[in-house]
Amino acid sequence: MAYTVPRPKLTFAEKIYLPTVLAGLKITLGHLVKMLRGKTEVIMQYPEEKWDANLPDHYRGAPTLVSDEHGRTRCVACQLCEFICPPRAITIKPAEIPSDNPFAKVEKFPGEFEIDMIRCIYCGMCEEVCPEQAIFLRKDYAITGSTRKEMVHDKARLIELGGVRTGLVHKWNEKK
Amino acid sequence: MNLLLELDWFYIATSLAKTVFLLGVVLTLVSYTVYAERRVSALMQDRLGPNRTGFPITLLGAKKDFSPFLGGLGQPIADAVKLLLKEDFTPNYVNKFYYWIAPGLGIAAGIVALAVIPFGSEIAGVPMVIANLDIGPLFVFALTSVGVYGIVLAGWSSNSKYSFLGGMRSTSQMISYELSLGLSVVPLFLILGKLNLVEIIAYQVKNGWMVLPGITAASPSLPTLEQIVLWIPVLISFIIFTVAMFAETNRLPFDLPEAETELVGGYHTEYSSMKFALFFLGEYAAMILGSSLIVVLFFGGWSVPWIPDGSAPGAAGIIWGLVNIGVFFAKVVALLLFFIAIRWTLPRFRYDQLMKLGWIWFFEIALVNIFLTAFILAYFFPRS
Repeated sequence: MAYTVPRPKLTFAEKIYLPTVLAGLKITLGHLVKMLRGKTEVIMQYPEEKWDANLPDHYRGAPTLVSDEHGRTRCVACQLCEFICPPRAITIKPAEIPSDNPFAKVEKFPGEFEIDMIRCIYCGMCEEVCPEQAIFLRKDYAITGSTRKEMVHDKARLIELGGVRTGLVHKWNEKK
Repeated sequence: MNLLLELDWFYIATSLAKTVFLLGVVLTLVSYTVYAERRVSALMQDRLGPNRTGFPITLLGAKKDFSPFLGGLGQPIADAVKLLLKEDFTPNYVNKFYYWIAPGLGIAAGIVALAVIPFGSEIAGVPMVIANLDIGPLFVFALTSVGVYGIVLAGWSSNSKYSFLGGMRSTSQMISYELSLGLSVVPLFLILGKLNLVEIIAYQVKNGWMVLPGITAASPSLPTLEQIVLWIPVLISFIIFTVAMFAETNRLPFDLPEAETELVGGYHTEYSSMKFALFFLGEYAAMILGSSLIVVLFFGGWSVPWIPDGSAPGAAGIIWGLVNIGVFFAKVVALLLFFIAIRWTLPRFRYDQLMKLGWIWFFEIALVNIFLTAFILAYFFPRS
């Protein structure tokens, strides 16, 4: 069935268009005057002023690897994040923990762990899928670099960004 | 040899000096109009726009960036350097000859037409107009039409559908608005009896501006009945001329040839580097030309009531002559700001709306306006 689009009834002033031009100018020039008098509060001059303190808790920034209270990287190289990553930004090369290590029962650790920050879409799936709570999205958003290589975060950089988190998972502790 | 001796060296020298001065002022005005466009649009949208330009010497280890240009005022220089250094890419499927001459046509027409604009009264007896032609407005209209050829040729020679559509739109826009543009100024020249831009300013000094009749230094009185009756067709002319100027310079709400949202970039889609910049500058040069023409025809050119012209002898004449030039460019800048404000206020017209406006409304109104003026002149101002 044909649908008739309701057309608004225009007054004479709207039909000849020139008065509406003035009405439009009133709005735009009003904003201009407001800006010139410094009455607008939505402006933030980015590199000097930042919104960082007001970022919400659920903000998804750069993914990082966290260490536990013993200084051990929590990751056990299960590669779940690598498999779930939609843009395939994560590359893990697992390695074996030698038997004389106090954490030998963990068996695996990431020999290499790289996240390509050019590919990363900050979806947070790696954080969600991780059974060890080893990968977290931080609030860092200004990830820049002048080469492609610089934009690939390797294991050392990821651990440095992640910092230490205690609690949460205790299953690999000595006594358990 | 005789011919050389008889050359008027004073005339040649002053003409050259005026040309250099006008070219310098206009090119500076063009680059700063681009900057003003960005700043004003930003402020209207609650943003700040380009407010910092300088040398990033922090990259070399310095403590602070070096910004000697007072905020963003160096932006035009940075833009020019960027455009000059970019790769000038010519696609291999274009018609090279027309592809190369198109950008030049656009800007050359706009700048050459400035020669007939009287930008000041006189300094030390030298009239402040480069060429005092008796067919001033016709010269300007002829050259602005050539400027449109730049767009048409660019659209056609680029061999790209977006450029082609842009060029085609420009053609149809030109023929529908050039008519009303030309017809709308006929009433003014009916009143004046001549087609000379210097004399129309002389008329406005004597009788008040075209849009504000009766306000003059000699007789500060309210306009007479005759002047008020004559005011009506002049105001109609003014509105039609201004709107047609918007269409002629491809400014919003008539920027169909380069509608970014529909045509990628319009007629200059295939252009890069300095050739693109020439189109860009040509658009703004045309805008300055249009504003100057509106100022000369309707706002009294360099004249303001109670400010004398530069005909007085000695230093006073020179000072008032310079003031007149300043007044002219102040008026032009005010109109440019109006152009910019309109651009960021109105949405683009649809193609058929544009054609309807041009052919059904403005063409007819301008035509009737001529007869109205002729009638008023015959009835209220019988020839003595």
